[in-house]
Amino acid sequence: MSRNAKKSNHEAYVRMYQQMVRIRAFEDNANKLYLAAKMPGLTHMYSGQEAVAVGICEALKSTDKITSTHRGHGHCVAKGADFKEMFCELLGKEEGYCRGKGGSMHIADQENGNLGANAIVGGSAGIATGAALSAKHLGKDDVTVCFFGDGALGQGLLYEVMNMAALWNLPVIYACENNLYGEYTKVEEMAAGELTGRAKAFGIETFVVNGQDVLAVNKLSEELVERARKGEGPFFIQLDTYRYHGHHVGDINREYYRPKDEEELWKTERDPITNFGAWLLKEKVLSQQELDQIHDEVSQDAKDAVAYAEAAKYPDISEVDMHVYKQNPVGGAA
Amino acid sequence: MREITLSKAVNEAIAEEMRRDPAIFLMGEDVAEAGTPFKVLSGLVEEFGPNRILDTPISEPGFMGMAVGAAMTGSRPIVDLMFGDFIFLVMDQLCNQAAKTHYMSGGKLSVPLVLRTNLGATRRSAAQHSQSLHALVAHIPGLRVAMPSSAYEAKGLMKTAIRDENPVVIFEDKLMYNDKAPVPDEEYLIPFGEANILREGRDITLIGTSSMVQVCEQAAEILAEQGIEAEVIDPRTIVPLDEDTLINSVKKTSRAIVVDEGHQSFGITGEIASRLNEKAFYHLDAPVQRLGAMDVPVPFSPALEDITVPTPERVVEQALKAIKGELFHGA
Ligand SMILES: Cc1ncc(C[n+]2csc(CCOP(=O)(O)OP(=O)(O)O)c2C)c(N)n1
Ligand SMILES: [Mg+2]
Repeated sequence: MSRNAKKSNHEAYVRMYQQMVRIRAFEDNANKLYLAAKMPGLTHMYSGQEAVAVGICEALKSTDKITSTHRGHGHCVAKGADFKEMFCELLGKEEGYCRGKGGSMHIADQENGNLGANAIVGGSAGIATGAALSAKHLGKDDVTVCFFGDGALGQGLLYEVMNMAALWNLPVIYACENNLYGEYTKVEEMAAGELTGRAKAFGIETFVVNGQDVLAVNKLSEELVERARKGEGPFFIQLDTYRYHGHHVGDINREYYRPKDEEELWKTERDPITNFGAWLLKEKVLSQQELDQIHDEVSQDAKDAVAYAEAAKYPDISEVDMHVYKQNPVGGAA
Repeated sequence: MREITLSKAVNEAIAEEMRRDPAIFLMGEDVAEAGTPFKVLSGLVEEFGPNRILDTPISEPGFMGMAVGAAMTGSRPIVDLMFGDFIFLVMDQLCNQAAKTHYMSGGKLSVPLVLRTNLGATRRSAAQHSQSLHALVAHIPGLRVAMPSSAYEAKGLMKTAIRDENPVVIFEDKLMYNDKAPVPDEEYLIPFGEANILREGRDITLIGTSSMVQVCEQAAEILAEQGIEAEVIDPRTIVPLDEDTLINSVKKTSRAIVVDEGHQSFGITGEIASRLNEKAFYHLDAPVQRLGAMDVPVPFSPALEDITVPTPERVVEQALKAIKGELFHGA
């Protein structure tokens, strides 16, 4: 799906709806795989936060870069990844994006500009800012978006690189997904003061947006990406959002830190897909039948991809020590 | 052949490579006009400008992480870490990010960066500016570790490091910056993983890294006066390690001492000694010995500091014990 062609609003709306539905379907299937004990390890689900990844990535070209987090499936899908390779990666199969070596928390899709999820909270802030420095150094107009959670605001690295990004006007957008919790602790117990105050201190322009409203996220992102491309970056966006599941798939009994009625409220009144679907109907962009068709197609796609991944083969054990080092070109370095 | 300092050799290597490849840039603290506190990089900003010789804030994890992102996206950054001791600050970005990216992405992403830093005690700089921490990074798969032992080595290894497709950490001995050695005018590269036999001998093998190569050479001179022929080998890179050259030498001499300025415990000396034991045991006439820095934080007082690092005299003493058969248990 190329986002590089000049797009009509209609196409963009439909694509954003589809992409949000795809993320939700991906996560529902990932959850099922976990519950059926078919998935090695754990995974962190993005359900509820779809409008953030989709609204932002819709504003990016495939040559633009993103860095992602432990809760990274949504970013990966939104940046253009395919279900098959993603499910294969989640199951540790050879055909996965990383040949099964990365798994859920390290999924990377270089061809679409996804420099990778990261299992170190805040660990990709340097990478994203460096990618922006690289674009400037190489004379490219690529923009990089650094996705991170509210929890990453506790990491010093972020402040070091935001400082440098501001000093050097780097084309990077810091996208802070405030889903109100870091693991099992509320954001207000971990972050003193205003979240955006941190970036403001470096003279970075900051924005707060409703992360459940894909149109609002996209409108702001289109504007900031264009400005960053012209050298007016960096920017910082706080996106207020909510994760529907536990911190990870195994975090099931969670009332001790998060009340059920709070979850209910977000799911019933602020769901990004339901609300955008209603808007599309109201504005007559799509009919109910067309919306249903999107859901059906996506869910079939996901089902097929899961079946494919389950049947796919594991990497040969000879791969275990492959890719520790990159082979140097013959006649180049040693 | 002309003789230049190690400092000049590093400077030349970086300048030549930067002229060759515009994707290379260098970042670190006080690297531009100041040319680093050791003046190794003087003149580079004048030639390449402030966009390629980038003065950073005092944010080691920050610029280390940025180098990783830059390397992943087509640039070839060189990171200047003012003191090797500061490697503790960049550990996450170096070891969790740079070292693992190629592997974790199944070979899709790569991180061609150079981290140049230093090691070495006896500069009266106390415990936080004197450590030799190369074993720490050598432990992490995905990183390469080079340890130049002279100006000639420093230039050739730096050029190879810059052209390598992987993250390379290169440790220069900060006490050797003004040491001169013959360095040809013509371009040359020193391949990684090929040890250098500096002196041949049949009685004992002395394996030294970085400035400990000089220590081994001086010890060999003293031993020669007593009619003992020591073979001196510089592995040049500890990752990759040229095991074959070391093993073949020990098969010939039947004795070995490994000398390195890192702490003796859990370090390079133990690693090399253990490989020699595993692969040349039946050729040995004496246990392979380790000589590393004492397992103490580096003390400030010269009276204390000087006894923490291996010296030629101690190498000679241990070599004589090995040769006289005085290393048996209980001796
Ligand atoms: C440096 C580091 N410390 C701790 C952890 C364990 N951990 C994983 S996710 C997480 C919470 C992160 O919260 P946030 O950034 O808000 O992201 P969210 O999970 O809410 O998407 C923690 C503490 C880690 N992975 N890395
Ligand atoms: Mg959070």
